[in-house]
Amino acid sequence: MTDMFRDKIDISLSVNGEPVEARVPAGQHLIDFLRLDQSLTGAHASCEHGVCGACTIRVDGQAVRGCLMLAAQADGADVWTIEGLTDRAEITDLQDAFVARNALQCGFCTPGMLVAAEDLLSRNSQPSREEIREHLSGNYCRCTGYEAIVDAVELVARSRAKGGTA
Amino acid sequence: MTINFGNPDRPNSYIGKTVPRPNAGKLVQGRGRYVDDIVLPRMAHVVFVRSQLAHARIVSIDTEEARAVKGVLRIFTGPDLAEVCTPWVAVLEHLKGLKSPPEHPMAIDRAVWVGEPVVAVVATTRAAAEDAAALVDVDYDPLPVVTDTMTALDTDTPVIHPELGDNLAFRRLHEEGTVDDAMAGAHKVITTRFRTARHTGVTLEPRSILVDWNPAEGQMTAYHATQAPHMMQTVLATHLDIPEGRVRVICGDVGGSYGIKVHVYPDEVATAAIAKIMSRPVKFIADRLESFTTDIHARDHEIEASIAVDAGGKILAIDVDDWTGIGPYSVYPRTSAIEGNQVVNLCGGPYDFANYRARTSVVFQNKTPTCQYRAVGHPIAVAITEGLVDMAAAAIGMDPVEIRRRNMFADDAYPVTSPAKMRFEGLSHHASMDKLMELMDYDALRADQAEARKRGKHRGIGIASFIELTNPSPFMYGIGGARISAQDGCTVRMDPDGSVVALSGVTEQGQGTEAMLSQIVAESVGITPDKVRIITGDTQVTPYGGGTWASRGAGIGGEAALKAGRALRESILEVAAAMLQADQGALDIRDGEIVDADSGVARMPLHELGRIVYFRGDTLPKGLPRELVQTRHYITMDYPFAFTNGVQASYLEVDTDTGVVTLLKHWCVEDCGRIINPQLVDEQIRGGIVQGLGGALFEEIHYDEEGQLLNGSMADYLVPMAAEMPDMIIGHVETPTKESELGAKGAGEAGTAGAPAAVMNAINDALRPLGAQVTEMPFTPERILRALGTITD
Repeated sequence: MTDMFRDKIDISLSVNGEPVEARVPAGQHLIDFLRLDQSLTGAHASCEHGVCGACTIRVDGQAVRGCLMLAAQADGADVWTIEGLTDRAEITDLQDAFVARNALQCGFCTPGMLVAAEDLLSRNSQPSREEIREHLSGNYCRCTGYEAIVDAVELVARSRAKGGTA
Repeated sequence: MTINFGNPDRPNSYIGKTVPRPNAGKLVQGRGRYVDDIVLPRMAHVVFVRSQLAHARIVSIDTEEARAVKGVLRIFTGPDLAEVCTPWVAVLEHLKGLKSPPEHPMAIDRAVWVGEPVVAVVATTRAAAEDAAALVDVDYDPLPVVTDTMTALDTDTPVIHPELGDNLAFRRLHEEGTVDDAMAGAHKVITTRFRTARHTGVTLEPRSILVDWNPAEGQMTAYHATQAPHMMQTVLATHLDIPEGRVRVICGDVGGSYGIKVHVYPDEVATAAIAKIMSRPVKFIADRLESFTTDIHARDHEIEASIAVDAGGKILAIDVDDWTGIGPYSVYPRTSAIEGNQVVNLCGGPYDFANYRARTSVVFQNKTPTCQYRAVGHPIAVAITEGLVDMAAAAIGMDPVEIRRRNMFADDAYPVTSPAKMRFEGLSHHASMDKLMELMDYDALRADQAEARKRGKHRGIGIASFIELTNPSPFMYGIGGARISAQDGCTVRMDPDGSVVALSGVTEQGQGTEAMLSQIVAESVGITPDKVRIITGDTQVTPYGGGTWASRGAGIGGEAALKAGRALRESILEVAAAMLQADQGALDIRDGEIVDADSGVARMPLHELGRIVYFRGDTLPKGLPRELVQTRHYITMDYPFAFTNGVQASYLEVDTDTGVVTLLKHWCVEDCGRIINPQLVDEQIRGGIVQGLGGALFEEIHYDEEGQLLNGSMADYLVPMAAEMPDMIIGHVETPTKESELGAKGAGEAGTAGAPAAVMNAINDALRPLGAQVTEMPFTPERILRALGTITD
C-alpha cells in the first residue's frame, strides 16, 4: 500500500435509508466498508474482482459490484443492501418466490442475485427466460444450476404484471 | 410400526412431499451466518505468503519490512509452526502401496507447489496483514519441476520426494475374466484416449476458518466452513496436541462445498496452530487467487481405454488404463488415491459383461494437490464407459439406446456383483431408460435432429447411463485407519411446548439437510415440520457423525433421525398412556396431538403432555420413564455402498464454423431410492448437472511447464453462467434400499456424474457425419475446430 492509499477519507452517505458518516481508508472497497464497518454481512465478498456478483448491492438506483467500488466513491451516495431492501419489504415477493421454488441452496450468491433480479424487473417488467438468464449471467451460482432462479424471477414478473405479489 | 410409504394420505405424511426449507428464509434476507460474518473480541487476521515457484528450496526469509507495517502482530514460518503442530501423512491402509511424505501446515525448507503456504502474517486487520505479506522477502533456490502426468515415472524425470523412491503415489490393477482373449475374438474393438481436465470447485464462499484458543479453559473452538466437523475435531486435536474433547468445531452456514470443504488444508491447520500460540482468535479467509491455487483440484486424468463387442452389440470386454497427477502430496485424511480407485471401481458400471481390466496410476507432480470433488471419479468413469459404448454402437451401426438396452443389468437381476466387484442391491437401468425415452420423446428428437441437419444445423443427442456410489460404510475410509465416521446419529427431544429439537451429525451445506431432517422427524414423531428445529454442525452438541460427503446425509443421517423420532414417539406414547389410562398401542400422535389410533379422536395436545412431564411430574406414576429425549445411530451393514443409477441425455447444437456448442436441453432420470423431498432432490440433480456441464464445456485449470497456474481468477477459469445453461427435465424411478426403513439413497452427485458424458456423446453424435470426434474435455471451440480439421497448427 502506498502512502497515498493509506490516507483516510471522510464520507457521508445514506445506507439503507439511514445517514452514515465515516472516515475510511482510501483503498477500502465499498463491500468491505459495508461488511466490516457497518456490520451489513448480507452481501458477500467472493471473487473480489467483479466477476461473480455475490457482492451486488444497489447504489443510486443501480446494481453495483461492491468489490469494484471504493467506499470513498460512495460519498453522497444512496446505498441499499439486502438488509435494507428486506426491511422495507421491497423484494418480499422475490424472496418468497426464491424460497418456494428453492432457487437457492447455500445462499451465498442469493443476496446479490436478488438485487440483480430486482434490477432486471425494475427495467423490464416482462422479461423472457432468455432475458432473465442473460441479465443474471453476471451472478454466479454454483449450487442450483440456475433453472430454479430463472423460474422464480419469471414467476414474480408474471405475478407483478397481474398486479399482485408472488 | 412401519411407515406405509405407499399411502400418500397416511397421517403425518411429510416424507415424500415438497416442504420448504426451514433455513432458506434467513438466507434470502441476508441473515445467514458464514464464518467471515463472525467477529470475536481480540480477533486477528492471518494472511499467507505462498510459494511463487512450483518447486524450490527456501534459502532465506526476510520479514523485517513486513514487521514494520502498522497492525502486524506476529509473523510465522514453517519451522515456527512445526514446534506446535505435528505433520500428517495421507495414506489409507486399504489402498495398498499408497505413499505420501509427511506434510506440515507450512513449508519447512522446500516448497512443492505454487500456492503452498510459506510464511504467515498475523495482523489486526486483513488489509494490514495483506500489505505486510507483500513485503515478506523469500529467497528461493529453484528445483526441477515435474508437471506432466504421463512422464512422471520416466527414469529421466526428477523424483519430487527422493525418500519415496519414485513419483508413483499409488497403483491398482483390477482384472476380471480374460480381457485379452475377449478382445482377440471380438467382432469390433474400439480403442480411444480420453482426457478430463483439472477442475476445482469454485465455492462462492472461499475456504474460511476462525479459530479461538482459550488457554484458561484449555479449549479450542473452530468456526469452520467444513463438511465434516467431527473429522476436523479429531485432526486439530491430534496434530495440535489437545485432548479431542477439548476441541469444538462449529459449522454454521457454509457457502458451497461440493467436496472442496471436506479436506484438511495446511493453511487452516496453520490458522489453528497460530491461534494456539497467540491465545486469541485468528481468522483465515482465502481470497480468490488462493482458492484457485490451494483449494483441492480434481479430475486431472488421461486414459486409454478399449471396448470389445460382438456383432449383436454385446459388450465382451472393457480395458482401461487411467493416469492421474495429484500434486506433491496425497491430501489428508481421505487421500488422493480415491479418485483413481473410483475410476477402477466404476467403469462399465451399468453393464453386465464378463471381462474387465482397469489400472490406475496415481503420480506426484508439482501442482496443487488433488482430492475428492463432487462425484469423485464418476464423471471420468462415466465418460470412459459411455464414450466407448457410443463408439461401439456407431462402429456396428446400432442405435446408442439399443446397445445400452442389450447390455444393462436386467432390472430383476439383483443383487448382482459387477466385474469391478461392486455389489448392487437393486438398480433400475431399464426402467430409467424407458422413462428417459418417454420424457425426451427420443424418436421425435431424432426426427428434429434429421430435420435440422437438412438445414445445415449439426445437432446431436447424447445418452449416458451411470451408477452413483452413495451411503458409504466404513469400507470407504474407516477400514483404512482414518477416523472418519460412516455412522451418524440423531438426538430428538420434545420440549414443554410440544415442539421438537433434533440434533444431527450430518451437516447443512445448502442441499437441504435441515428440511430433509425436519420432514423425517415430523413424520416419525407425529408433528408438523414447523414444530421441528434442526441443529447441525457443532461437535460439542450433536451426536458424533460423519457429516456431509459421498451423498450420505439423507440415507444415513435421515435413517438415524427416523429411528430417533420413532423412539421419541414411543416415549411420548408411554407417558400419554399412563396419563390417559389407555393402552399405549391404541394411541397415536398426529399433527402434535395424542389421538386414538383407530378413530383419530384427539385425546391430548403434546404441549399438555409436556406441561405435565416437565412441571407436574409429581402427578405421574412413580417409576414411569419420562425421558422425552432419544438418540439413535445408524450405520449401513449389508453393503459397502448403496449404489444408485440413472441416465442422462443432452440435446445440443454444434456451430461447425465457430466450434461453439449450444446446449438446447438436458434430461436426467435418476433412482435415488426413497425420495424424501422431491423438490430438493430435483434441484440437487439440476445443480449437479450444471457442475458436470461446466466440466464438459468450460472448466480447465491450466499450468505451464514451470508449474505456474495460468488462470487463477473467475474471469479466466470459466464456470457455467445462467445464459449458457439449458432447462433440465428431471424424472425419477424409486428403488428404495432395503437396508433401511427409510430406503433413501443419495442424490447429490448423480447430475455431475453423468452430464459430461452425455454432452460428449451428443457432440460426437453431431460431428459423426463430418468424421470428427472429441474426447478431451472441456470441449472448447478450439478443440472442436481441431477435431473438424479447421484448425491444424
